[in-house]
Amino acid sequence: MVIKILGTGCPNCQHLEARTREVLRELGVTAEVILVKDVPAILAYGVMATPALVINEKVRAIGIPSKGKIAAFVRGELFSEAQTVNKN
Amino acid sequence: MLQSLADLATYRWLHLTPGTRPGEAVNFFLYDITKVFLLLATVIYVVTLLRTFFPVERTRRLLSGKRELWGNMAAALLGIVTPFCSCSAVPMFIGFIESGIPLGVTFSFLISSPMVNEVALVLLLGLFGWSIAGMYILSGVIIAVLAGYVIGKLHLEKEVEEYVYNLKVRAGIVPEYSWADRHAYAWSYVKDILRRVWPYVTAGIGLGAFIHGYAPAEFLAGYAGRGNFLAVPLAVAIGVPLYSNAAGIIPVVSVLLEKGVSLGTALAFMMAVTALSLPEMIILRKVLKPRLIMLFIGILTVSIITVGYLFNLLVA
Repeated sequence: MVIKILGTGCPNCQHLEARTREVLRELGVTAEVILVKDVPAILAYGVMATPALVINEKVRAIGIPSKGKIAAFVRGELFSEAQTVNKN
Repeated sequence: MLQSLADLATYRWLHLTPGTRPGEAVNFFLYDITKVFLLLATVIYVVTLLRTFFPVERTRRLLSGKRELWGNMAAALLGIVTPFCSCSAVPMFIGFIESGIPLGVTFSFLISSPMVNEVALVLLLGLFGWSIAGMYILSGVIIAVLAGYVIGKLHLEKEVEEYVYNLKVRAGIVPEYSWADRHAYAWSYVKDILRRVWPYVTAGIGLGAFIHGYAPAEFLAGYAGRGNFLAVPLAVAIGVPLYSNAAGIIPVVSVLLEKGVSLGTALAFMMAVTALSLPEMIILRKVLKPRLIMLFIGILTVSIITVGYLFNLLVA
């Protein structure tokens, strides 16, 4: 799973990154967390308000979602990843 | 009700005597702190809930068909309710310009957003009442409309970095919220803000209470009262290089007022500190050429000084 945090490096972005890593640790999920600070790259996701949370290239949230929400996104993504594996 | 609670705590539980200096100071502190924190929680909750209806993308769509003047007014009002932190300024600016929103209208949004600050609003409401809080919003909106309109009329499109016009923004995303989401978002935001601002607010109110009980009033009146014509520009000149959040500055402002500084001067000082910040100018330098940045700072400075004089004139 690849998780991207879109944001120019402000306190809110750092907050979202820390919270996301915390959720991953609690769920015991390993994922790559990448910070995207480049403005054109952020805009390419259709995001104008930072921070935003992108999981496997899908924009999941703008702003800072609750830990419960982030966990739900991660679980949902795990589920669809498992289904793709099953199909193959 | 809050006053009777404060009385109960000061005079019954702490056994202080009404009318004495420590009694008055403690009573004032307990009353103000309960009031301000209740107001902070309520207003931030309501504003944040409201903001879930105006994500940046929706604001962009609302503004994209607008012409000047009406567009400036809509942008100034939307600037108040659209959630936006200064670190989003660059992507948002590009997104607005790219979708054809006029430069001046974009500036109206950029100005009103930090100018009309919800924490500032709450503190003004709690410490000075409705009329001053209302005047604060109104003057912020008027500055945003006028400054944006002037920038639009000056046709400064060339003063925006060229790359801004060449970027492609993908169709933006409007987040979907259920009512449960809105509540969760608003509530977590209230907790977040309170966690960040409580030390400043407490310290400021503490200082205010001390002065209320102990220091002679009108101490600064001779220097920065209504009689001194230079007080407003001086307050702005001191305020611009200072950078602080509204929560840190308002308790200071209330102390200034208590010591005899006139309202317009104090308000101009506060607006200069919150709306004109060096970090934000550095961020905006990524999209604006130096001339436009200087003009932006100049227009804001003049408008803030004008508001200061206006308040000094209107509020006796």
